Amino acid sequence: MANAMLIDESRCMACRGCQVACKQWNDNPAEETHNWGSYENPPELSAITWTKIKFTEKKEGDEVKWLFLKQGCMHCTEASCEAVCPTGAISHQGQYVLVDQEWCIGCGYCVAACPFDAIHSIFESEDGGEQKATARKCVFCVDRTTNDLPPACVKTCPANALGWGDRDAMLAKAKERVGVLQASGFPKANLYGEHELGGLHRLYVLVDRPSAYGLPDAPKHATSTVGAQWLSGIVTAGVVAAVPFWLLFKRQRAKEASEGGEGQ
Amino acid sequence: MTNQWRDLKNSDVVLVCGANPSENHPASMFHINKARDERGAKLIVVDPRFTRTASTAEIYAPLRSGTDIAFYGGLMNYVMENNLYHEEYVVNFTNASFLIDEGFQGPVDLDGYYSGFNAETQSYDKSTWAYQTNGDGNVLRDETLQDPSCVYQLLKKHYARYTIEMVESVCGMPRDKFLEVAQAFAATGAPEKTGTIMYAMGGTQHTVGTQNVRALAMVQLLLGNTGRPGGGVNALRGESNVQGSTDMAILFHIIPAYMATPNAAKHKDLAEYLEKETPSGGYWVNKPKFLVSLLKAWWGESATARNDFAFDYLPKISGGIDTYAWIAMFHAINEGTVKGLWVMGQNPAVGGPNARFEKKALEKLDWMVVQEIAPTATTDFWRAPDVDPASIQTEVFLLPAADAMEKEGTIVTSGRLIQYRPKVAEPPGQAMGDIEMMDLIYRDLAKLYEAEGGALPEAVLGLNWSHGADFEKICQEINGYWTEEVTDDDGNVVGTAGEMVANFTKLKDDGSTACGNWIYSGYWVPADDGDGNMVTASKRRGQKDPGDLGMNPYWGFSWPVNRRIIYNRCSADSKGNPWSEDKALIWWDAAEEKWTGYDVPDFSKTKGPGDAGFNDPFIMLPEGKGRIFGVRNEGPFPEHYEPLESPVTNALSSVQFNPVVKRWDVDSGQDVGDNIGTSDQFPIVCSTYRLCEHWQAGGMSVWLPWLAETQPETFVEMSPELAQEKGIANGERVIVSSARGEIEVVAMVTARFKPFAVNGKTVHQVGIPWHFSWQGLAKGGTANFLTPHVGDGNTGIPEYKAFLVDVRKAV
Amino acid sequence: MLEISRRQFLKGSGVSTGALLLPPMVPGRQEVPTFALHKKVGEARTICPYCSCGCGLLIATDSTGHIINSEGDPDHPNNRGALDPKSISVRQLSTSPHRLSKVMRRAPGASEWEEMTWEEAIPLVARRIKDTRDDTFQTTDDNGVTVNRTNGIAFIGGAANNDEDCYIAVKLARALGLVYIEHQARI
Repeated sequence: MANAMLIDESRCMACRGCQVACKQWNDNPAEETHNWGSYENPPELSAITWTKIKFTEKKEGDEVKWLFLKQGCMHCTEASCEAVCPTGAISHQGQYVLVDQEWCIGCGYCVAACPFDAIHSIFESEDGGEQKATARKCVFCVDRTTNDLPPACVKTCPANALGWGDRDAMLAKAKERVGVLQASGFPKANLYGEHELGGLHRLYVLVDRPSAYGLPDAPKHATSTVGAQWLSGIVTAGVVAAVPFWLLFKRQRAKEASEGGEGQ
Repeated sequence: MTNQWRDLKNSDVVLVCGANPSENHPASMFHINKARDERGAKLIVVDPRFTRTASTAEIYAPLRSGTDIAFYGGLMNYVMENNLYHEEYVVNFTNASFLIDEGFQGPVDLDGYYSGFNAETQSYDKSTWAYQTNGDGNVLRDETLQDPSCVYQLLKKHYARYTIEMVESVCGMPRDKFLEVAQAFAATGAPEKTGTIMYAMGGTQHTVGTQNVRALAMVQLLLGNTGRPGGGVNALRGESNVQGSTDMAILFHIIPAYMATPNAAKHKDLAEYLEKETPSGGYWVNKPKFLVSLLKAWWGESATARNDFAFDYLPKISGGIDTYAWIAMFHAINEGTVKGLWVMGQNPAVGGPNARFEKKALEKLDWMVVQEIAPTATTDFWRAPDVDPASIQTEVFLLPAADAMEKEGTIVTSGRLIQYRPKVAEPPGQAMGDIEMMDLIYRDLAKLYEAEGGALPEAVLGLNWSHGADFEKICQEINGYWTEEVTDDDGNVVGTAGEMVANFTKLKDDGSTACGNWIYSGYWVPADDGDGNMVTASKRRGQKDPGDLGMNPYWGFSWPVNRRIIYNRCSADSKGNPWSEDKALIWWDAAEEKWTGYDVPDFSKTKGPGDAGFNDPFIMLPEGKGRIFGVRNEGPFPEHYEPLESPVTNALSSVQFNPVVKRWDVDSGQDVGDNIGTSDQFPIVCSTYRLCEHWQAGGMSVWLPWLAETQPETFVEMSPELAQEKGIANGERVIVSSARGEIEVVAMVTARFKPFAVNGKTVHQVGIPWHFSWQGLAKGGTANFLTPHVGDGNTGIPEYKAFLVDVRKAV
Repeated sequence: MLEISRRQFLKGSGVSTGALLLPPMVPGRQEVPTFALHKKVGEARTICPYCSCGCGLLIATDSTGHIINSEGDPDHPNNRGALDPKSISVRQLSTSPHRLSKVMRRAPGASEWEEMTWEEAIPLVARRIKDTRDDTFQTTDDNGVTVNRTNGIAFIGGAANNDEDCYIAVKLARALGLVYIEHQARI
């Protein structure tokens, strides 16, 4: 049984509580920004901005629409990032698509492959040690959600636009909402994420076509050229040279979850 | 806020006008969305700009800044023309049936004025704005509402001019949009329906701000929405505790709990004060008890019957808003009358109107003491980018303060809900709570007066400071306590010295009780939390919600006496029965012969059908009725006047702007002064407003990296049409100028602003968030450098929401 | 806003297992292991200092009393755990390096602050207040009515302060005879 996040964009009011709650819980620092003629900032997701609201203005006849999209990793069933990852650092853990930071070599394939621009590399050191590039993205607040707490973004939504729970239940809720919207002046209301890429774990209720929000109408899975990309990656990514070759093929089992994982 | 945040879920129609809850009160949207999901409620947004609230609304109707009265007037006209008002409510609970003096005339008769205007003093003789009474002093009424002198007929005549065409022409609101709004909201006149109006500074920050609020309150009386679940007149208060700071009277014209500051012209002593300030009817007949108890709280044993309970220690004022209110106060600072300024968490260099003027006025001070948590443009005004510190002789003391999480206290949320906050974190470095630092200051002052004497030392040395910085004792003093043992007529002890009073009904005017704020009385005594535990009322966290109406009576304490909806007698009809089952709040229980229900009745508990005053729900007013006709300085009914700075002439009369507002003209014509612009130089209407991501004048938000990331700097929003006219592209830097100054900001070109068609003329409007200055991680031009020094005719609140500017590309 | 049961809430709060940016994991497509919370959720409850919605906050602090987590109180009827971006940021409000942490005085004409102690500053502040009050005090007006006021000192501020702060401020200001008393509510 997999969980999913439900995002009802007909209710989102772009207060961006989710955007800051994500940084707060995950201890991600702020980015330096400037106003570029929009409420939207930072302009893109990044290795330290795992979710954000994309603002889109649209004229419909004499009326204006302001569409808000909560962006972030979709935790796709057919995850391109996982498919192109040369080290196997990216893997599915149930519905979660996660990056093992110890195995990530920062090659950036996943960054290029993601159809939603939701994963990014960062070059930094932890604890002041040697600098290392790794890929970062939304982890569905895995430490919260595996302890029966909702993701930080979901919990904080004052508009009640976000939900977290069993994917089938979320799908049912989303479909009901789409029906209500279609019957009340939003004929284009639709559900996004049910079937895309084998099923996303972020489900959207939209009041306009996905592309009106900047979402790909038909996202593609990046598998076909994985091998070639991977080989060229070895050549181009200097960092890889430092990684023992065998490591790329023979995964040893990672450490178990840290001690004392259960709450008291 | 007459109602509660959670009560929004009971609303059938939510009209947001002059507020932006998605951005400035986001948690309210949870309850509004609940009403939409569970009751099919509609959200209507009326705003000059398509906001984040408008983005999810069922109906959005644009309105030019400064034309709220034309809109509400049109709405009242629509309601009366189509007989959609709530008749039983209007006849029984309002003064619609009261007859008004035969000499009364209004703008229809007098081209924009009411009877009694004195052009020289710019004020009204209000003697004709009065009820007709018979020989016994009883008000004459016509419950058929047909008498041409009754309030209803006068109202109808007054607003008959506010036609749909007039609304369209004055407000620039398309006719079909107005009709959509009017139909939806007027539907709440049905007895079983209720609608709420949510307003904030968008309603109040105008030269007609008071009348804007009067107008929406009148709509709510006509539709029978006040005092009922899902209804009400709901001010979304601007700060976390601006309700509490107002209750505590950090305002020149009041002392705690809404009693008038003694005025030398009217109140030479206590007897005269009580005689003139105590009305003949309504709950304020108890004012002597509240005032004497306040004086006892402040001067303790120094306040005795023999010395008028130290009434003379209270300073008296000699004037009104034009002498003492904010703008006048900054003129007094500017001219050197005020030599020392004591600031507790406020930032006039960013938040004040005509902030360049106010910032420059600070340079005239001998000294300034600031209790503050972070550097602001006020703490460091003496080294702002445009000044030379060497030329400024002001001595400044900066006292680092603990923030809200670093000290103990209570705050009052909209809905008058008092909630307790414990200390949950440590303040940085030397920072300490404001009470602690004021206690240190008082102790040193007392030492100095003890040693040296000085001006009226007894007021300082006689001050009851036994609480020191002890939080618990301060709360007890605010709550009120017996100053001595008191027994009732049967000799039973009702209170012992030092024991807290249960509530304000216990207060006395003989000195046997002390109370720092009568409306808070009861907030610090133990109360049931719904689960049988007795907990300090303001600390309660009981979850029970009898009636499932969101009253949550066991959570915190709503003043007065834990009442969740004020005027709630109106939630039952003229017989005392609920208007509908799903909105039953309180009702008359005939068997028990008392009022009962899910809220504390705002009414005499045992006053039943047949008793005099059974249908007088507005107990704070002597006549007990909601005032559709209500006296304010510029008239008893709101009349549309243009903002002081407006691009158009008033279409309703030849009176261009509110005739009672004071025009300041200090240093006018100079670079920094009380300058007023005209539309030939400054053709564009401008409004200031806040963003969800920042807070007020910035001290609590501009230094926070996460918030600075989301909104890093000042911008000006403008329509594509205006941008094209001015050759401005989105994201470019532009100069916004007014008669007061100019600022450089980023242009945000957006279809969310549309030019208004006003009386056949195209009027552009722009808007600027006002949080920013040179201080902070998020920074930029200070919007209030542009705003005018002019205030509302009753309160003096500045006209931040409608003034004139021009925009040009920065080079 | 997600309804969180009391049991879930207790389970999720007050647990600290040390900071991990991302927990280690088991590779391959499989069931989710349980990860440790990388910091405490917090159990201290307070009310948000920004807008007037009066939302409940949950705060966690480290051993020095510095906030390490701030999120919504799920038991609070106004917000049921939800918070806007400002409220969440109270953590940065309290821990910001830009916070004022020292008593300071700016001398007339000076271009910098000078640091001082409370013991040094308070007598100076009291002296300024007393001197200005005594110099400008009016006992009666032109008609001989007792007014006992000073126009020489003004007090502003307080809408972000607690009721008790405001009460003490007003009590002290009025006792000193101040009549220029104003704050955010006016503007």
